[in-house]
Amino acid sequence: MAERTMIAAIQHALWTALAEDPRVIILGEDVGKNGGVFRATEGLQAEFGEHRVVDTPLAESGIVGTAIGLAVAGMRPVAEIQFLGFIYETMDQIASQAARIRFRTQGRFHVPLVIRSPFGGGVRTPELHSDSLEALFVHTPGLQVVMPSNPYDAKGLLLAAIDSEDPVLFLEPMRLYRAQRMEVPDERYTVPIGTAQVVRDGRDVTLLAWGPTVPLALQAAEQAASTDVSCEVIDVRTLAPLDLDTLAASVQKTGRAVVIHEAVRTAGVGAEIVASLNDAVFYSLLAPIQRVTGYDTPYPPPLVEDAWLPSVPRILRAIAEVMEE
Amino acid sequence: MEIYRWPGEPTLHQILREDGTLAREEPPGVQDQAQAWYRFMVFCRRFDQKALNLQRQGRLGTYAPFSGQEAAQIGSFAALRRDDWVFPSYRELAGMMYHGLDPAHALLFSRGHPAAGYMPKELAMFPGQIIIGAQLLHATGAAWACKLRGEDRVAAAFFGDGATSQGDFHEALNFASVFQLPVVFFCQNNQYAISVPVTRQMATPTVAQKAIAYQIEGIRVDGNDIFAVYDAMRYAVEHARSGGGPVLIEAVTYRLGPHTTSDDPTRYRDPEVHDAWARAKDPLLRLRRWLERQGLWDEDQERAWTAEVDTRLAEATERMEQTPMPDPASVFDHVYAQMPPALRRQKQELTDLRGRV
Repeated sequence: MAERTMIAAIQHALWTALAEDPRVIILGEDVGKNGGVFRATEGLQAEFGEHRVVDTPLAESGIVGTAIGLAVAGMRPVAEIQFLGFIYETMDQIASQAARIRFRTQGRFHVPLVIRSPFGGGVRTPELHSDSLEALFVHTPGLQVVMPSNPYDAKGLLLAAIDSEDPVLFLEPMRLYRAQRMEVPDERYTVPIGTAQVVRDGRDVTLLAWGPTVPLALQAAEQAASTDVSCEVIDVRTLAPLDLDTLAASVQKTGRAVVIHEAVRTAGVGAEIVASLNDAVFYSLLAPIQRVTGYDTPYPPPLVEDAWLPSVPRILRAIAEVMEE
Repeated sequence: MEIYRWPGEPTLHQILREDGTLAREEPPGVQDQAQAWYRFMVFCRRFDQKALNLQRQGRLGTYAPFSGQEAAQIGSFAALRRDDWVFPSYRELAGMMYHGLDPAHALLFSRGHPAAGYMPKELAMFPGQIIIGAQLLHATGAAWACKLRGEDRVAAAFFGDGATSQGDFHEALNFASVFQLPVVFFCQNNQYAISVPVTRQMATPTVAQKAIAYQIEGIRVDGNDIFAVYDAMRYAVEHARSGGGPVLIEAVTYRLGPHTTSDDPTRYRDPEVHDAWARAKDPLLRLRRWLERQGLWDEDQERAWTAEVDTRLAEATERMEQTPMPDPASVFDHVYAQMPPALRRQKQELTDLRGRV
């Protein structure tokens, strides 16, 4: 077993998939010789050749659209969209095509396609590199939306995504690429899509987070513990399909919840989770569920982003609010 | 300073003149197939009319007629193998039926029946694409898979002149060119994208010349001349299959009917231009004249075949209408390979509600 960062775990998952299945092909901008702008595909073209790790022309719709054709014709494409902010260029191919081909053809054809894309704030990027756009895809039936928050899950979820018979948006929080090293087994394993994970047990409040807000939720939980508030932290991990049972069981136990995401608030995945929890455990709630999210503005420039993003103080304030009720 | 300019007059590959005489020698295989093609063209023309009538009677929903484009569709599909990948647009039922789609199945699309999308297992053919131009990339990707897997199949994308304005058209041609993929892009330039004439769609005099910008082969063919269409497509498919890379074909044709049953083409069409296409340039008349010259067709055969077609269409309509109504709860069945818990709950809710009605 080796200690790996998230980016190294992703690279290792891609290496594993290429090595074990000749149908796997990686395509995207700068994924070949350059190894990806974050080095997620470092060394893969040298090892597996330029027919399996392919630098494509600079066209997002072309990348996803041809990946759909590859997938229906028997390959296992892993496409990279260099930054999630660029994904609007290929919304039709994702939402109208990849997500619907199984449905449109009543199962005659399907699209085993993974679209990897870095996203998220706090890394001082130019405009349109940091936006959290997961809600667009959660709102699109036929897609699965996955977001790891640590190296172990990143490898296991990515291999599960490549195994999946349906398209997966695999969203990689840039800020966590090199934030943490942890034990990541060399051998193949998967983390099942559609399962949330309790990453800290607690009694009083459930903190629901995914991707880049999971470490924030854990820090907030640690600080809250010093004031005798016991937080349970759940890494939602898969946003579609949502593991509502795990979320509801926790909130039933604690009676309070705070949902934390970087994406803008209105019609965000947090709103869906709050509504679903109201359906499932309303009578166990001791306080209205709070949300800590990005504000309803375009993602701001670097000099503003820290104040805009969810932070430990904002989470602590929300915890205090639900505890007051 | 050298300035690149379009070099001259557009060319148009033609074999069968409008009067049914040959402008050049017909391609091999055509003699044997011409009568069967003609029969199928008559079948399709009457199918189209039948579908319009069924729509007016409320027995079908929105329908996109293809009349006028039979030669372009049948001539091009005739050059494909049954295992080749086919990515059509929604106005391709003549070609799709020629390729093997049951006419009763073809009618299910406008019936609004979900089963319409389940294409025959023995064909690698997709249902007609609604989003203009999106299928060109799918064809490019499927061709890519064929190349990577060492298969000798090709992929063909079918689309109209409007699609050439879309980014996906250009991205598909570019990817296919860069990776030298076995794909044929077959454009039916039927002069209108709903109401917008092709002269407003592009400033270039042809679609075919766009191939030059992608360093691939382009052919401009008389789309109402089934011999020339078949000849062009046969060349393109062979070129792609033998590793020569992609080909763009522009078949110059004309949509005789409305865009769909919801469209009124008298609002935007020039009646004189329309009459020329509807009479002298009709692809059925042209082939019939040739067949008659060859002694392969006459009025008696026309009458007998028309009657036979009408019987077959009545039978297909009956089978289409007897297709069992879909169970609304089946809407959940093909969203994912495994139904997620939330969809299971929603399916149960819909089933329970209907149980109570």
